[in-house]
Amino acid sequence: MAGFNEMYEGDRVRDAYREIADWIRKVGVEALGRKQQEAETLFRRIGITFAVYGESGELAESERLIPFDVVPRVFTHREWRRIDSGVRQRARALNLFLGDIYRRGEIVKAGIIPAEAVYGNAAFLPAAAGFAPPRNVYSHIAGVDLVRTGPDELYVLEDNCRTPSGVSYMLENREIMMRMFPELFTRRRILPVDDYPALLRRTLASLAPASCDAEPNIVVLTPGVFNSAYYEHSFLADQMGVELVEGQDLYVDDGFVYMRTTQGPQRVDVIYRRIDDDFLDPLAFRPDSVLGVPGLFHAYRTGKVSICSAPGSGVADDKAIYTYVPDMIHFYLGEEPILANVPTWRCAEPEALAYVVDHLHELVVKEVHGSGGYGMLVGPAASAAEIEAYRARLEAAPTGFIAQPTLALSSCPTYVGNGVAPRHVDLRPFCLVGDEIRLVPGGLTRVAMTEGSLVVNSSQGGGVKDTWVLGD
Amino acid sequence: MLSRTAENLFWLARYVERAENTARLLEMGYRLSLLPSSAQGPGGEWGSVLDASRTRAGFEAVHGDDVRQQTVADYLLFDRSNPSSVTNCLDRARANARVMRIALTTEMWVAINDAWHAWQQVLPSRASGGGLRDVLEWIRRQGSLFRGTTDGTLMRVDGYEFIGIGTALERADNMARLLDVKYYVLLPGGSTVGGGIDHYQWASILHAASSLRAYHWTYRSDVSPRNIADFLILNPFTPRSMHYCYRALGDRLNGLARLYGRRHDCHDQVNETLTMLSELTIDRIFAAGLHEFLDDFIGRTARLHGSIASAYHFAE
Repeated sequence: MAGFNEMYEGDRVRDAYREIADWIRKVGVEALGRKQQEAETLFRRIGITFAVYGESGELAESERLIPFDVVPRVFTHREWRRIDSGVRQRARALNLFLGDIYRRGEIVKAGIIPAEAVYGNAAFLPAAAGFAPPRNVYSHIAGVDLVRTGPDELYVLEDNCRTPSGVSYMLENREIMMRMFPELFTRRRILPVDDYPALLRRTLASLAPASCDAEPNIVVLTPGVFNSAYYEHSFLADQMGVELVEGQDLYVDDGFVYMRTTQGPQRVDVIYRRIDDDFLDPLAFRPDSVLGVPGLFHAYRTGKVSICSAPGSGVADDKAIYTYVPDMIHFYLGEEPILANVPTWRCAEPEALAYVVDHLHELVVKEVHGSGGYGMLVGPAASAAEIEAYRARLEAAPTGFIAQPTLALSSCPTYVGNGVAPRHVDLRPFCLVGDEIRLVPGGLTRVAMTEGSLVVNSSQGGGVKDTWVLGD
Repeated sequence: MLSRTAENLFWLARYVERAENTARLLEMGYRLSLLPSSAQGPGGEWGSVLDASRTRAGFEAVHGDDVRQQTVADYLLFDRSNPSSVTNCLDRARANARVMRIALTTEMWVAINDAWHAWQQVLPSRASGGGLRDVLEWIRRQGSLFRGTTDGTLMRVDGYEFIGIGTALERADNMARLLDVKYYVLLPGGSTVGGGIDHYQWASILHAASSLRAYHWTYRSDVSPRNIADFLILNPFTPRSMHYCYRALGDRLNGLARLYGRRHDCHDQVNETLTMLSELTIDRIFAAGLHEFLDDFIGRTARLHGSIASAYHFAE
């Protein structure tokens, strides 16, 4: 599948890539290869590694380096403006949706989304009902995954409303590119992304509970060093200048949350948590959780501490709910969606299921609650046996699946060892929602390093690229 | 600062120091093994290296009574079943550093991370024969790099003090244990080892502490057991002596008291031991029993660790 190559329009180099094309020609393939190795050495030295988990959840290997590609991906200012407004629009609608379903349920009453899809959803958190978090914001960091199929065709592949990861790569990729290729940054104005941690901090500070009357004490809550995104957790805490805590560092006393410090207890006001709802509080959720803090959820419900993202936000990024986001935009904002959804069959619906079962060889089928590229079927790339096995799973529990056409994902020039060749990419911008909506011009571009592959997940061998938005 | 962060920094420093002290101990064994008449007793000097590092039982479980350079170096440097092997120290130092990346400067992290990565490439065969000394020197240099990057880049706030406390505590404890194993060669007239070998035994202890030249500058005389004990226990200026380590502990704990505006039991304990060390003479130590003195010192240091842990809310 050829698809749209972002560098070319016919034989002509597109304006966005003019400098990149020049640069590749001048530098030459050999020098690029050397730079590639240099970059990897830098990443390893800084310790930007992640852990890889197998299908059954065991640690498959520790400390793999995410492949970094030295050829940046480029958006023009005009292209970015549309992404920017589309992502902001989506983040607003998703937050309004969450505020609605946990309090009034208007969208369900209006018959726009079936009650079952919301209240029967595994990610719906009954304990969060009837409570309004600060500023009515639930999803404070929304990662909206975009794919491109043509110069002006962009689709939202999925939303990540809980704790999207990857922003540290966005920042480190830029840092490494500026260090290795400073000359590239002098030729054309590339909009900076390095204020993201400051914006994140400002966003989190704006969400302090009413009970906080001083400078809010913000912390990042991590499951610990064995989590695959631990590097990112410590990176963000460091860049924001706040403490990185684990559950064992926190406790609840007299309704408030405290952290254990060398000078005794210190009150905590805002928790940017990077652990799942289930593990937040063994008293409220999974009693076997050792990662969480007993009593934390009660402190949250009584307005003594803010939790970002709010418990229960996950229902908005569920793949079954995803199909309704354009309807949410109409319903809450009265606007047309700026970014389209990928056409999606909900296998819960019998007609859709019948179509999907007959067309498995040309569709991508995903588990509604899956993530990370695990448990999905890419029809055109699958063997007959794989398709049959998947068909059996699908027919056994159709509500657990959605299907989408195999999109001809766009590709970008990528260093592949013996030259530069097109590889498929996606994009995840990170939208911050607090007292205002903030979005840095850029995001994480993930690239499928294998020729023809459409799977960009780092857990499946995908790599990353620096993502440029050109100045006006 | 989070208590867990403080505790991690403290242990990070201890593991780095422990790896270095293990290298120093092996250095001592290596020097002695080169002497023509060193092979006495079970395993000769390599046996006393095991005793000084308190690893003989663990060693025998792996190598039995096959005590020689290759097996001892293997066990102390690489063996994962030995909790204080250099491999384990570097693993744990890096694990602590990795958890606490944000409490370290990039340069400190790179020093530890590079050391760890490089150590993965060091094969046990490199440490055999004369290659051992290169490996030992490399290990010592990693300790210097860690302390150097800490000194040159880390903010002088609480994290810095906890690192200093870890280093000084580990060093004081290691020195006391080394002397405790070697005390029989230091005791006046108590030695059964004859002739010129004694001189080398004593000198080797100074070598392990990189202190031979400092010793000569201090005493301007031949190496004598009394002076060595005096130097390594009571000299307040040589950076590996027990007295000096307690001065460093006092300084670092006072730094914390200034920062936090609060003193604890550990401050009193450090002062009490410091006063004792300044008032003692080596002759009085010998008169009361060197072994008993060292035993008491090791106990004091363990108690001090406990008081520090409770004053700053360590989880342990």
